[in-house]
Amino acid sequence: MYPSAFDYSAPGTLDEALATLAEVGDEGRVLAGGQSLIPMMKLRLAAPGHLVDINGVSELSYINESNGHLAVGALARHADVAASDLVSNTNGTMASAAPWISDPLVRNRGTLCGSVAHCDPEGDWNSVMLAVGASVVARSASGERVVPITDFVVDFYTNSLEAGEMVTEVRVPKYAGSAGGAYLKLERKIGDYATVGVATHLALDGAGNVAEAGLALTSVHPHNLKVTEAEAMMVGETPGADLFAEAAAIAARSCDPDSNVRGPAEFKRAVVAEYTRRGFAQALAQARGEG
Amino acid sequence: MQITTTVNGTSESRDIEPRRLLVDFIRTDLGLTGTHIGCDTTSCGACTVLFDGMPVKSCTMFAVQADGKEVTTVEGLGQNGGLHPVQEAFKQHHGLQCGFCTPGMMLVGAALLDANPNPTDDEVRWAISGNICRCTGYMNIVTAIQAAGGDGS
Repeated sequence: MYPSAFDYSAPGTLDEALATLAEVGDEGRVLAGGQSLIPMMKLRLAAPGHLVDINGVSELSYINESNGHLAVGALARHADVAASDLVSNTNGTMASAAPWISDPLVRNRGTLCGSVAHCDPEGDWNSVMLAVGASVVARSASGERVVPITDFVVDFYTNSLEAGEMVTEVRVPKYAGSAGGAYLKLERKIGDYATVGVATHLALDGAGNVAEAGLALTSVHPHNLKVTEAEAMMVGETPGADLFAEAAAIAARSCDPDSNVRGPAEFKRAVVAEYTRRGFAQALAQARGEG
Repeated sequence: MQITTTVNGTSESRDIEPRRLLVDFIRTDLGLTGTHIGCDTTSCGACTVLFDGMPVKSCTMFAVQADGKEVTTVEGLGQNGGLHPVQEAFKQHHGLQCGFCTPGMMLVGAALLDANPNPTDDEVRWAISGNICRCTGYMNIVTAIQAAGGDGS
């Protein structure tokens, strides 16, 4: 299978990449890992006129900590995230999701920022980012915006980037107090999309009550779904099985799964509920230092 | 577009279209047909090559991205006219039946053993989880990769 013809440039610096994106406007697409973009181009579901390959922009391959955030640059691969001690020590939701992104060959190439920008409702990272309250750094030749993930994910394969902009970084808050999280994914085989994915995040206050709760779902809605009703309901409450069961019931009725080759809708709702309970139980154990 | 890439230790220069897939560059332009096209949709791993030493799917990269890089295909695994220990072990332990997935399996196995010479059964299975085999049930592939590591017995 062959993509439509396109122009190609491979800048060596971020400034050059942004200048090229500004010049080509709407026709421009950033090529990072390419593990979703290239298959879509081969199927002719995408036909960008100009690819700006950022694989030579090594200044974007970082994972670091700055200003109270965990920052993942646009060229950090899934395998880098999975291998990062900084990630495993600071964010349980991200650490548990990373090894389950696609398969090892794709993880060697694909990037977290690319996956976030792609906004595939069956992609795992945007559920993680919605649950942990991430922000996306969008840069263009004329400046930088920091966009909360809830404003970045617009719909099915649709983000809020403007022409000439690219994602240079995803920022995840570091929690000062006790926090934990999990990403539970049911898949038919490694490399398949999730049948159901559930991202959970929990931060506790000094008294051990819920200071902040995060819950988002993969593959059971037209876009990655942040279950804000459950998150708001949990704040200030005592964490435990009863609270998690209540959140699970809200999650199961908030989503809108399709019946398809991966299973009937009712089955997926049941998995959403069960994984919500289990995910929060893991998050709580981790927040209490038991996980 | 003019590119120069090192494939199996040999420098190769070609003028290609940006949309040329790496797998087609390897098979058609260079005539190295050991790299297979299976699903052509980033699912099966039959087209696995080592890209600067890292296993990747060559159906999901453009050849222009290999400009200035090193690519190793199954033809480049053996050295000095002999088989690579992984190739020898696949032969000894009957690690293949039809052979279609075998180049990818061996390249992933070789990359794993470079990083971890004595992988456990689980570590081998995790490493090859992006490569699909429809014949063997994977048992002998795992055995062969383990046998090629460590003391190579």
